[in-house]
Amino acid sequence: MRDDEILIGSLMEDSWLTLEQLAAACSVETQWLLRHIEEGLFPDVQSVAGTWRFTSASLVRARRMRELERDFEAVPELAALVADLLEEIDELRIRLRQSGLG
Amino acid sequence: MEFKDYYQTLGVGRDATADEIKSAFRKQARKYHPDVSKEPDAERRMKEVNEAYTVLSDPEKRAAYDQLGRGYRPGQEFRPPPGWDSGFEFSGSGFSPREAADFSDFFAELFGRIGSARAGFQPGESGFAGRGGDHHAKVLLDLEDTFQGATRQISLRVPKADAQGRVALETRTLNVKIPQGVYEGQIIRLAGQGAPGGGGAAAGDLLLEVHFKPHTRLHVQGRDLRLVLPVAPWEAALGAVVQADLPAGSLKVRIPAGAQSGHQLRVRGKGIPGNPAGDLMLEIQVVLPPANTARARELYEAMAKDLAFDPRQQGRA
Repeated sequence: MRDDEILIGSLMEDSWLTLEQLAAACSVETQWLLRHIEEGLFPDVQSVAGTWRFTSASLVRARRMRELERDFEAVPELAALVADLLEEIDELRIRLRQSGLG
Repeated sequence: MEFKDYYQTLGVGRDATADEIKSAFRKQARKYHPDVSKEPDAERRMKEVNEAYTVLSDPEKRAAYDQLGRGYRPGQEFRPPPGWDSGFEFSGSGFSPREAADFSDFFAELFGRIGSARAGFQPGESGFAGRGGDHHAKVLLDLEDTFQGATRQISLRVPKADAQGRVALETRTLNVKIPQGVYEGQIIRLAGQGAPGGGGAAAGDLLLEVHFKPHTRLHVQGRDLRLVLPVAPWEAALGAVVQADLPAGSLKVRIPAGAQSGHQLRVRGKGIPGNPAGDLMLEIQVVLPPANTARARELYEAMAKDLAFDPRQQGRA
């Protein structure tokens, strides 16, 4: 690639991730994702006409859960619980920053 | 290249058992968890801890490391003897080759063959047969960038394999066009800019997570913008058209008569551009002129005398 070449990025919200793309992006098996979805551990994912669609939020969540399971041998439900709490902390941190307190 | 003492990183002795290593790793993983750790440098420390654990938790890698590292002190200049790793067969660890690519040059030099055909890594493990892994990176933008769309230079450390399948880290610089309307936490995907695929298969993607540098006056919430708008008492009381300065240029806003500090005005579609564009939320802040001249004091005294205004009384009504 030339130094002056400019890459054009696409926004994830404009293009959903498929199950395979999400699995590849988090280094997990598609089976791992499906098992977690079936157990209700990804509350926000959508299935449209039989195809799973994931957003960037699911990507962050999947990476967190996988790391928790791997590093602490956490059972999936515990990893999901911690991911829930981390997401809530993210939300609160954003609100703190918005109020100029962060 | 500096020698790394993985035992010191995890805080265990050289004779530590597998259980002791696991337990030490978990303690450190909790201490340096990037989402919650208050330690400075948590992210870098977590990488070091992951790297140390990858080696010490795997009996083959640990044996090779022990044999090689005998007599070295941390930080000492280190060169592995040629062909040192013959006789060791390294299998994959809990970390994918993509994650291992984040580890140090020291690790890459010793165990760089993770990910090559020899190491037993199955290209299909990611769910995409042969497709290269995706790379993740965070990118810090100015709020202004999302209005204009900006071109940013991003430097990444990426693994490159040579003909022998040994992997070394290289710095790669990319010019990336930031799409207009991007907001906090969104991910920009650069197709085909991740790890190369095996056997002619497609390369992975590069995923950039967007964050904004804190802005002095503006705050973002999704695509909505919040701005504190200072107004003079007469502008608030009588109503006025005032100018609000935004990254995309200035905007004329009508302040309704009787506005108070804390009141919010919503200007539709003037937040971060997009489909739909975000809204601009203006928070009115009435600022009093100082009573630092005779004339100013005179005006305040006239108001005090003529208006019979008690803000505490008002609050009780």
